[in-house]
Amino acid sequence: METFVPPVPSRINYINAQYGLKSWLLTKDHKRIALLYLGSISFFFFIGGLYAMAIRLELLTPQADLLQSTTYNKVFTQHGIIMVFFFLIPSIPATLGNFLVPMMIGAKDLAFPRINLLSWYIYMLGGIVTIYALLAGGVDTGWTFYTPFSTTFSNSYVVATGLGIFINGFSSILTGLNFIVTIHTMRAPGMTWFRLPLFIWAHYATSLIMILGTPVIAITILLLAFERVAHIGIFDPAVGGDPVLFQHLFWFYSHPAVYIMVLPGMGIISELIANFSRKNIFGYSFVAFSSLAIAVFGFLVWGHHLFVASQSVYAGMIFSFLSFAVAIPSAIKVFNWTATLYKASISYDTPMLYALGFIGLFTIGGMTGLFLAALAVDVHLSDTYFVVAHFHYIMVGGTLLAYLGGLHYWWPKITGRMYPEGWGRFSALVVFIGFNLTFLPQFILGYMGMPRRYHVYPAEFQVLHVLSTAGASILGVGLLIPLFYLMWSMRYGKVAPGNPWHLPGLEWRTQSPPPTENFDYTPVVTWEAYEFAPPEETEVVGKFHDKVPEKA
Amino acid sequence: MSEHIVPVKVYVSIFLALMVGTAVTVLAAFQDFPGALNVIVAMTIAVVKATLVVLYFMHVRYSARLIWVIVASALFWMGILFALTFSDYWTRGWL
Repeated sequence: METFVPPVPSRINYINAQYGLKSWLLTKDHKRIALLYLGSISFFFFIGGLYAMAIRLELLTPQADLLQSTTYNKVFTQHGIIMVFFFLIPSIPATLGNFLVPMMIGAKDLAFPRINLLSWYIYMLGGIVTIYALLAGGVDTGWTFYTPFSTTFSNSYVVATGLGIFINGFSSILTGLNFIVTIHTMRAPGMTWFRLPLFIWAHYATSLIMILGTPVIAITILLLAFERVAHIGIFDPAVGGDPVLFQHLFWFYSHPAVYIMVLPGMGIISELIANFSRKNIFGYSFVAFSSLAIAVFGFLVWGHHLFVASQSVYAGMIFSFLSFAVAIPSAIKVFNWTATLYKASISYDTPMLYALGFIGLFTIGGMTGLFLAALAVDVHLSDTYFVVAHFHYIMVGGTLLAYLGGLHYWWPKITGRMYPEGWGRFSALVVFIGFNLTFLPQFILGYMGMPRRYHVYPAEFQVLHVLSTAGASILGVGLLIPLFYLMWSMRYGKVAPGNPWHLPGLEWRTQSPPPTENFDYTPVVTWEAYEFAPPEETEVVGKFHDKVPEKA
Repeated sequence: MSEHIVPVKVYVSIFLALMVGTAVTVLAAFQDFPGALNVIVAMTIAVVKATLVVLYFMHVRYSARLIWVIVASALFWMGILFALTFSDYWTRGWL
């Protein structure tokens, strides 16, 4: 006779299966590697956050009183480089993606566990080289490394920083490669493509960009280094080069890289919206294919960064049109999420608060992107704080909020402990308020003509800058609160059951934290994605983790 | 999946062909061809060499059709990079 045994936390799981530093540094378990990444990206986020603080403090007053001009150049450059390459790009794929892609498709691990570990070591090596460059004297080119300043005039550590980013790129490529092969070949029996959670579709699309785009930034940085060291004429017009060619090559990767940052976030939001509405997502296949459409269209729009950089008007027209086109799949997602909420049984737990915040902020970020994609308007707004506000709405309001929402949502699965719900909701609210107070004034500042990358400004801009700095302080507090209570909850949080949210997804049908092999048996999928049992049966769904599901 | 064993002779001859290609590149660099021919000559040699590397050293010639699809999509993506970049360079004089 089969008896139901509730899982107890002392059961062997991936965390207590082995002990010691060596068991972590040589692990091939995707879940442990995800935690290695979680620790390292949090470290880099903290460094990037310190630079952000320095920027906002300097901008409190119209004069240069805290930082000298050269220091300020380095501070905003390093803020951008650390945040983009060492936090935002790996943030969701390398942590939550690494942890969840195999679990959600019913696999024991990623296809190439050793390559997965290698990708973390490459990431750390790239990070160490970049930190060395920052400590040795830093870099002042802006995170975009525009030529000819970066090749000819800058006296800072351009090549060393570039080398760090170059190395780091390979970790991104390996992660993408691993995800694609895993999703193609390791889905559990019955897990068809259209039963995949949307988180998986989003990571598939992201992986395509990582593989197709990252080699181009690698080559671009190498060319930059060759030009800087050996003075060969690629970007320098004096020896037959073209400085705008650098911008083409740089943005061929770096614009799609924005989608590397936000697509996994969209995957998380699709999960959160469907699951906390307890409803199948509205238009599953549209949301799934819009991820692929964003990945493909994302490669066709880079020229909108070059509207005022002597790019031909005709190319500008093409890129402007294509940039408007990429808004369509993004809008499909926003409308489908909203439609999912309609007449749904919504619970406002912390992850859902982040998800709802994401929808609003991503919409603002996306719509202001259309302002910038319009040729004539961009002439006025280019290189102003409007641009700064726009991309922070996508990267912070979008990616960071999705990341935090996902981290809370899967926290019980990752650690086996619940986070404190009250503190979670409170900090989500603080983050939302702090974020908007930081970046809404920057739209106005930019429209009024405040250029980006300057720290001395006319006195009439000060009120808005003070508001922005005040908001940044609130945002900083809102980000520190989760840091404390999440660490607290790892030891003192309520013990989480296998399926604390009572959801049908595969990752919830195993114990929390999962065993090293993820599942005690190979799951057989007989249900559609987001197929919710009627309310009276949710208790049964909650107990799926300990027996083979016959039929959901 | 069965691995195709490539004889060492093939690798050596491809290596020699690449060395010849390098020598031709250097020789061609010292000749001044008329018009845009300098670029065309250099690019042709480079493409031939890259093709040899991809087909033989990277084993694509002996690989499954799926690998050919991957190679084709990579080339297509490079095509996007070239096409849209040239949409800038070739139309700058139009206005």
